[in-house]
Amino acid sequence: MDLDDEGSNFELKEIQTLSGHTDRVWSLAWNPATGTDDAQPVIASCSGDKTVRIWERSALTRSWDCKAVLEETHTRTVRSCTWSPSGKLLATASFDATTAIWENVGGDFQCVSTLEGHENEVKSVSWNASESLLATCSRDKTVWIWEVMPGNEFECASVLQGHTQDVKMVKWHPTMDILFSCSYDNTIKVWAEDDTGDWHCIQTIGESSNGHSSTVWAISFNAGGDKMVTCSDDLTLKVWEADIEGMRSGNDQVLWKHLSTLSGYHDRTIFSVHWSREGIIASGAADDAIRFFVESKDSVVLNSLILNFSLLMDWKTTVVVIPVAMILFLYCIFIV
Amino acid sequence: MVSGLINANPVVYEKKERRQRPASIPDADEYSAEAIDQLEVFDHVRDIKDPEHPYSLEELKVISEDAIEVDDRRSYVSCFRVTFTPTVEHCSMATVIGLCLRVKLMRSLPSRYKVDIRVAPGTHATEAAVNKQLNDKERIAAALENPNLVDMVDECLAPSYA
Repeated sequence: MDLDDEGSNFELKEIQTLSGHTDRVWSLAWNPATGTDDAQPVIASCSGDKTVRIWERSALTRSWDCKAVLEETHTRTVRSCTWSPSGKLLATASFDATTAIWENVGGDFQCVSTLEGHENEVKSVSWNASESLLATCSRDKTVWIWEVMPGNEFECASVLQGHTQDVKMVKWHPTMDILFSCSYDNTIKVWAEDDTGDWHCIQTIGESSNGHSSTVWAISFNAGGDKMVTCSDDLTLKVWEADIEGMRSGNDQVLWKHLSTLSGYHDRTIFSVHWSREGIIASGAADDAIRFFVESKDSVVLNSLILNFSLLMDWKTTVVVIPVAMILFLYCIFIV
Repeated sequence: MVSGLINANPVVYEKKERRQRPASIPDADEYSAEAIDQLEVFDHVRDIKDPEHPYSLEELKVISEDAIEVDDRRSYVSCFRVTFTPTVEHCSMATVIGLCLRVKLMRSLPSRYKVDIRVAPGTHATEAAVNKQLNDKERIAAALENPNLVDMVDECLAPSYA
């Protein structure tokens, strides 16, 4: 898809509205093992109504139906959900301070493990590429790393301290076991394991490194893993790059450097950003707008296409773009 | 609840004369084309009770009509900025007052209205910290799941529903 041309015919059309949740929908996640010839696409959504819903597109009618409601486990808002890379497990992070792991057992989703330890609201959870590690973060300012053991057992490998405020999101690098976290303290931290198996912070990206000047809400990597984009309450998106070869050879000193700042596109907090495998960056903000960005051949980033949604939309919370031939796109809305 | 009040002797002011509201709408119409103005927003919050004293925010001059600004630069998103003035500089009730304002407006205005709440500049020792919390939707949502806090807020909001 060539989006370089000015006035290109890029249009976003709403396919369907999925209703069911009885409170704000905070986050959603496409199951990475679905959306192929054999498996119809599946999405998990989580809500302030304390449940998680699994949606699947019917092969016959092409419409989305709710296949399961994961309830009676979390006792407070479920803030985010994420599938394991194999699509077999779903991790859900909740304000009740726990993270639940769910497994699809013959169409029935069962909670196979509950990760406890955080002192208060868990905000985000992320699986590493090989599915051997899980990371969670919380308002308690810490990031926890868990080892995935056989039989759906999870063991805490490390409690990472360093952020001075609420940690909003954690995200593993797409190919390497390097962890990224972003926070209400306006910084992004990069964490790696040393030879002795200890995890520590190898870089803190703050204002002095051209970083954000307010809460950083989300992080997303490009397909190659050599660039990442972050979004913030400071109304900007920032693109960062690092020397991927240096990282691969285990060089701990490789730093992420500021590449570009996208400002003036949103005038309220940008809550969500996602970099699709096809290279499109999508951002969602509290100004009810979703914007798409592509990297142009000449300059770093340009060509934003703004889609303002009707007055029904409020507080864009999650933007997740799936890279299929036709871009399927989903956003969360405040469902009352 | 609090053994020593933060501000034991607040200054109490006279309430402003009330404008007669035209045929009141019980549920704010989501798609109403009619714009909501400062006075209407003020009407929603003026009678909120201060957490510590049996006086309204208007009577204590914590909130006034002038402190509500409308930002209608963009046609598709309407924003209000509500500035409140705590009675004392080290008022630990500032976040509670801010939360009361946010909850009342959330329940009273159509969701398309964006509201920014802040402490009047120079009137509070940790104003940046208070403002940041009051405008972080995730923190607000989590706070509103705390039953004790919700009870406190509801108590302050009760007189404002008349």
